[in-house]
Amino acid sequence: MQDLLPEDMLRFRRIEDVFRSCCRNWGYQEVRTPTLEYLYLFTATGTLTPGMLSRVYSFLDWDGWSGERVVLRPDGTIPVARLYIDNPGGQELARLFYVTNIFAFEGTGKKSRERWQCGAEFFGGVKSAPDVEVIQLAEDVVHKLDIRNAKLQLSHAGLVKALLKEFRLGPAEETRITDGILEGHWDGLTAVTSSNAEMERLVTALLGLKGKSSSFLRNVKASFPKASPDFKSSLEDFLSITTLLDSLGCRYEIDIAAMHGFEYYTGICFQLLAAGEKIGGGGRYDKLVPLMNGGDIPACGFALYVDAIMRLLPLEKRRKDKSGILVRGKELAPETVNTCFTVAESLRDAGCPAEIDFADRDESSFRWVILVSSKRPSRLVLKDCLQEQHREVASVAEILEVVGGG
Amino acid sequence: MKDYQDGCIKFALPKGRFLSPTASLLAEIGLGFEGYSAKTKQYRLRSTRFSNVAAKILQEKDIPIQVAVDNYDLGICGSDWIEEYLVKYPSGALVRIASLNYGEGDIHVVAGAQGGITSLNKLLAQRSDCRIVSEYPNLSEALALNLRMRRFKIFPVWGAAEVYPPENADLAVLWGRSRAHIAAQGLIPLEKLFSVTAFLVANRESLENKDLSQILTCFDSRLTAEPQTSTEHEPVICKELKIPCPSCPAKEINLALPDGHQQAPTAGFLKQAGLGIQGYSEEPVSRRPSADLDWLGIKVIRPQDMPLQVANGNFDLAVTGQDWLREHLCRFPSSPVRKLFALGFGTVKIVAAVSQEMPVNDICELGSLVQSGKFAPLKIASEYVNVADKYIRENRINPYKLIPTWGASEAFLPEDADMLIDNTQTGKTLEQHKLRILDVLFQSSACLIANKNSLASSNKKDRIKFLAQKLRAGLTNVKN
Repeated sequence: MQDLLPEDMLRFRRIEDVFRSCCRNWGYQEVRTPTLEYLYLFTATGTLTPGMLSRVYSFLDWDGWSGERVVLRPDGTIPVARLYIDNPGGQELARLFYVTNIFAFEGTGKKSRERWQCGAEFFGGVKSAPDVEVIQLAEDVVHKLDIRNAKLQLSHAGLVKALLKEFRLGPAEETRITDGILEGHWDGLTAVTSSNAEMERLVTALLGLKGKSSSFLRNVKASFPKASPDFKSSLEDFLSITTLLDSLGCRYEIDIAAMHGFEYYTGICFQLLAAGEKIGGGGRYDKLVPLMNGGDIPACGFALYVDAIMRLLPLEKRRKDKSGILVRGKELAPETVNTCFTVAESLRDAGCPAEIDFADRDESSFRWVILVSSKRPSRLVLKDCLQEQHREVASVAEILEVVGGG
Repeated sequence: MKDYQDGCIKFALPKGRFLSPTASLLAEIGLGFEGYSAKTKQYRLRSTRFSNVAAKILQEKDIPIQVAVDNYDLGICGSDWIEEYLVKYPSGALVRIASLNYGEGDIHVVAGAQGGITSLNKLLAQRSDCRIVSEYPNLSEALALNLRMRRFKIFPVWGAAEVYPPENADLAVLWGRSRAHIAAQGLIPLEKLFSVTAFLVANRESLENKDLSQILTCFDSRLTAEPQTSTEHEPVICKELKIPCPSCPAKEINLALPDGHQQAPTAGFLKQAGLGIQGYSEEPVSRRPSADLDWLGIKVIRPQDMPLQVANGNFDLAVTGQDWLREHLCRFPSSPVRKLFALGFGTVKIVAAVSQEMPVNDICELGSLVQSGKFAPLKIASEYVNVADKYIRENRINPYKLIPTWGASEAFLPEDADMLIDNTQTGKTLEQHKLRILDVLFQSSACLIANKNSLASSNKKDRIKFLAQKLRAGLTNVKN
């Protein structure tokens, strides 16, 4: 469990504002899905691993006697895909974005069970260009947040799945190794390679090397002419995207084994890292909408991990220069209270933030303090905290004249 | 209370199936407990050898949780309840130490013989929505997730899971002595999950910080032994099993009758009402008795499970207790279950009771005591978790913790809980355990419940009315 304190919220809102602004600039529209969804929404596609699903918060609703369970949203993309399917806007192509919290049980108690994501999804369209678009959009946000040295890593889920098929494993073992890879354990794959020299060569080249441009993939393609059609087709797809990225001057690293958690991805997948921490990830998931009976709609998207990004952003500097106005009532007499609220309202209406106080609020951070009393000859005294001067004032108009000029 | 002070080693020992073999084992390894036998009526036991070791007899289902929450350092219970706990809380505080190599049977995934499901693959191919009934809801959920079932519903039951398939569930996860034993119940064993043996378990923190060595040393010869594997030769494929496949045509009205304590009075009542039923009043009770009325289907299940099973439409009518109806309605306030009328037997009071040493006279005083910081959070042991939760909230007692139990809540007080909410007929048991009734929540007796949609159904309402009238007549007969 984690509280977001005022300083955290400043960073949180900054990320959110930059993300929203970028998405709108790229033509994306904001959506929001419910926190509670039906559990079957997440089991129905069969794409999430049992390990991941065993950590969701699911329970019977108040009308759950039928056994149907609801769940605290454990993933951002699947609900947005459902929203896209349930609310056809008449157009196949949709660019949607969201800021959402997701929930997963975390057994150590050291991490928060609620995490925040800024995500964007691109439904429809032709291949390659949308993939490049979502990568560029994610990078745009990271760049505008001024996160230095962010690293883009690329992999390809289709290529990994085609590679697994090359091993001709039984269905049970294939599922076991796939689930292992999805959880980040590639050792299951390397353990089965040793029996086949050609496969070992392929796995070593793919998992052991890290490409810096599309040339790496061209070299892989040339080195393994006998690879399966599925493998070649995934490689071609990967190649077309990286070639486009090269032409746009985008820097990246191809690291097939760096990826995990790409449950529903079918094509390219990517992650963004900064200061050794994963700050976002995404990819292409062409089978998700069809599996949800939403028609043959390809899709891709990404999410930025707000909690990780917040840790990287510097604390918003508290304004050391004095600002704002404190309206201080000397006593709680009805007349004084009334005057305080009236004065503060007039100041706010004129665009000056004003805080009301009847106790001992520290004045040090305020530029102006207005002392309100029913006992003085003049009920209003304006204190200039910078010049350390007092003056009696007759009206709000007079205050605004001074404050506006100050 | 000396036994439970710091420095004492607390041991949770099982009731029921593992009581006798556990008592024999403990006696054999020199760790006997005075009075640990099937005949005992006490819950608290003293070690015959170690003055700092105390034990309590608990329902087996309660032991993994009680050890995990650090009420006990060590415990012995079946691997089924341990796995049921660990599959949900793998990183929790429960640690398996070793199998003790006694036990019987396995946990199986089964389907009904008439349902046409002969393998899990076939089920996954055929069913888009799978209903699983089990006393082991966590294991069932893990099974569904591991099989990547697209949509599933788990129905946790207090017992009698074997009677639900195929009409009321596609699969059941249950204990069976052997595949043949399962087949004899008209079920197809699809997959064996694991064998049930007694296990020694410990609380993680106790194991890390407390000296339990004198106890563990007693188990030494057992701890190093390899777990025994079943030597029973079992047929590998279903074809070799003789599975009785009685025809159970769908009936227009489905009635659930209770097993356990409620069975004999219910059978007597039905006889008074003149409702001819075969296989319910005589031993052994059939799980599917037959009625003279050819449109009436009957199953015998646990009364605790009936309101939910009536709500979800598996049964139109059921004879259960008002206590279990209220428990259900506290959890599901808009449930379509309606009470038709009370049947006049099985009367109990649902009470809130505390230790006689607790310095309070009523629930208000208890509330004030908890608010003052004493007994905070108040620990309440109850079979009726939702009734208890509502009662505590309505009496504004805060903070509190609920401890769900599977009966014998009185064993929890005063060491492991501060208050119980349970049923009592005369209050004698509570008195024997030095407990005092603080409040009577309500009185409960057997009642007839119905699904409101069935009551409104043009196909069903006349037959339900007929049956209800017959039972009402029984009520008059009993009174006369």
